[in-house]
Amino acid sequence: MSLTTAHSVVAPSSNSKRIAGVLVVGYALISIVPLLWIFATSFKTPPDSIAYPPKIVFQPSIEGYCNLFTTRTRQTPEYINSLGPATGFCDETVRKRNMVIAGPSNFLPRFVNSLIIAFGSTFCAVFLGTLSAYGFSRFKVPLADDLLFFILSTRFMPPIAVAIPIYLMYRELGLSDTALGMILLYTAVNVSLAVWLLKGFIDEIPREYEEAAMIDGYTRLQAFWRTVLPQATTGIAATAIFCLIFAWNEYAFAALLTSGTAQTAPPFIPTIIGEGGQDWPAVAAGTTIFLVPILVFTILLRKQLLRGITFGAVRK
Amino acid sequence: MAEIRVQNLRKAFGDFVAVQDSNFVVEDGEFFVMLGPSGCGKTTTLRMIAGLELPTGGKILLGGEDVTMRRARERDIAFVFQLFALYPHMNVRKNIGFPLLAQGMASAEIRTRVEETAKLLRIDHLLDKSVSGLAGGDRQRVALGRAIVRRPKCFLMDEPLGTLDTEFRDLMVHELRELHNRIHATTVYVTHDQMEAMSMADKIAVMNHGVIEQFGSPREIYDRPATMFVADFIGSPPMNFLRFGGRLAKGAKEIVVQGAKVAVPEVREDIAPADMALGIRPEHIRFDDASKLRGAIYGTEYLGTTQIVAVETADGIIKARVPAGLHLNPGEQVGLTLSSARLSLFEKGTGRAVRTAMHDQVAEARHG
Repeated sequence: MSLTTAHSVVAPSSNSKRIAGVLVVGYALISIVPLLWIFATSFKTPPDSIAYPPKIVFQPSIEGYCNLFTTRTRQTPEYINSLGPATGFCDETVRKRNMVIAGPSNFLPRFVNSLIIAFGSTFCAVFLGTLSAYGFSRFKVPLADDLLFFILSTRFMPPIAVAIPIYLMYRELGLSDTALGMILLYTAVNVSLAVWLLKGFIDEIPREYEEAAMIDGYTRLQAFWRTVLPQATTGIAATAIFCLIFAWNEYAFAALLTSGTAQTAPPFIPTIIGEGGQDWPAVAAGTTIFLVPILVFTILLRKQLLRGITFGAVRK
Repeated sequence: MAEIRVQNLRKAFGDFVAVQDSNFVVEDGEFFVMLGPSGCGKTTTLRMIAGLELPTGGKILLGGEDVTMRRARERDIAFVFQLFALYPHMNVRKNIGFPLLAQGMASAEIRTRVEETAKLLRIDHLLDKSVSGLAGGDRQRVALGRAIVRRPKCFLMDEPLGTLDTEFRDLMVHELRELHNRIHATTVYVTHDQMEAMSMADKIAVMNHGVIEQFGSPREIYDRPATMFVADFIGSPPMNFLRFGGRLAKGAKEIVVQGAKVAVPEVREDIAPADMALGIRPEHIRFDDASKLRGAIYGTEYLGTTQIVAVETADGIIKARVPAGLHLNPGEQVGLTLSSARLSLFEKGTGRAVRTAMHDQVAEARHG
């Protein structure tokens, strides 16, 4: 902004900027400290993690990460000494605690489940949402307002309120503990949000673009693909983030409906605590890794996310 | 290129009739303008020709082919939108080449065609620029380029100069007409601006409330308005109306307005007693103290070479266009002389123009 006047109505004064800055930094600290604590804990040894008073400065260790990815069994020192030399850092660390690595833990498959289910359901919700939003935006749909209200009404109560009926249905349909079941469920929850958000974005794109393309020889689908979609990318990205964050973090349904093959990371991570004492570094390591995809995705799409949040507040 | 024939075209949105039984023919290579106030149905008519709306009734023939119910993309026409509809995610070159891509043309040929078109419009230096950074006039030229690159049967333009600054607008009016003279493309142009219509059109259709009030050349529409609406809509300031009553017989050459006898073109039809209006363009009024038709100067509007003088008469204010040199004082009494040969007579109830000697050269007075 090139405004240089002292009493501009639009540009915030330097004083209010300073206050805003302090508030933002303060809020950021409050939000970031727990994350930093988790991050720090993931690099502590189990004794350090439960030391009192808590250790701020400590010798970093990747024992938490070793424990996260492996299952271990306790052995006698004689047995451990009889083994050959340790094959790696993790092996060595584990042996110091009189244990040997028995095999890989379930963390990796659970994490992969999370990726498949969260990204799969996000894709489905955004795909279906874009098409329905386009339909609602451009065509005379009979009872369009009622249908849109119905779609919105699926969000009137917390999804978990219908957990028991869904649990029973899924058991009957054989969808319990399947990735497909979880993708369907998260898609169903997210699609209403996607339709409403995307309808707003698509309404903003003038019809003339498609009309011009259709006159110029394109079919409606081609016109949609070549003119509407490229201009809706911001909206689609913002919607995708919202859907992904929900599906990625969802705990209650995942805990209820998945137990084995399709279990996602959120219900799995707490179960690490039970294995061989309170292994906080392993839990913290799981949480830290769990945070990474969403962090990357959000940083990549942060501009769209901001626009998605302020959507409707500011008109172009 | 092809002629466009519109027969009994009708469009209703629920109870609202947007276009009523329109009939007109745009000859091959003609620049045709649909002129009217907003909401008169001109854009709806255009969109029906384009295939963006389907008519409720009637026919549209394009080069002799019935295309009434055909999809837009099967009609081989080009459309220039008011807001240009340039794709912001493509540069100028891609925007212009977009219609050719739909035809599956080889990229080398697209390249040559786009460059030819850009040269024609003098925008070849902008080809690799993004469309979002372009000035209004250039955006307009790109939109035109996208229309002409395909060499369609006809061009449809929906108020394409509506969003431009006045300065650009005058320039583009000139450019558009010049372009038309070079490529002779059948063009249907929609506008509410009479200046654009008068300066570009070969033929104009004046529309109001979904009805074509008059269809003719700009000169015909200005000189011989078929209805009071047309007379009032065209011209700045518009035509003046003076009330008079009574019977008009075939062969009458004189009427009485405010007690003064006024010579008019010979009436060619019998009119039953009714409220009538005498229509007179401001430039056909002269000041003449001998005249019995009198009024008081109300105000003047100086325009350089001429001035518009408002004169208060017994029947309201009428405006005269007189040389700027004439010095007039407000309140001054003046006599008004009307150029007899240029007067129009209207039936006030229907707004219809009465047939007079003025229409002798015209085969048939068209309205409705």
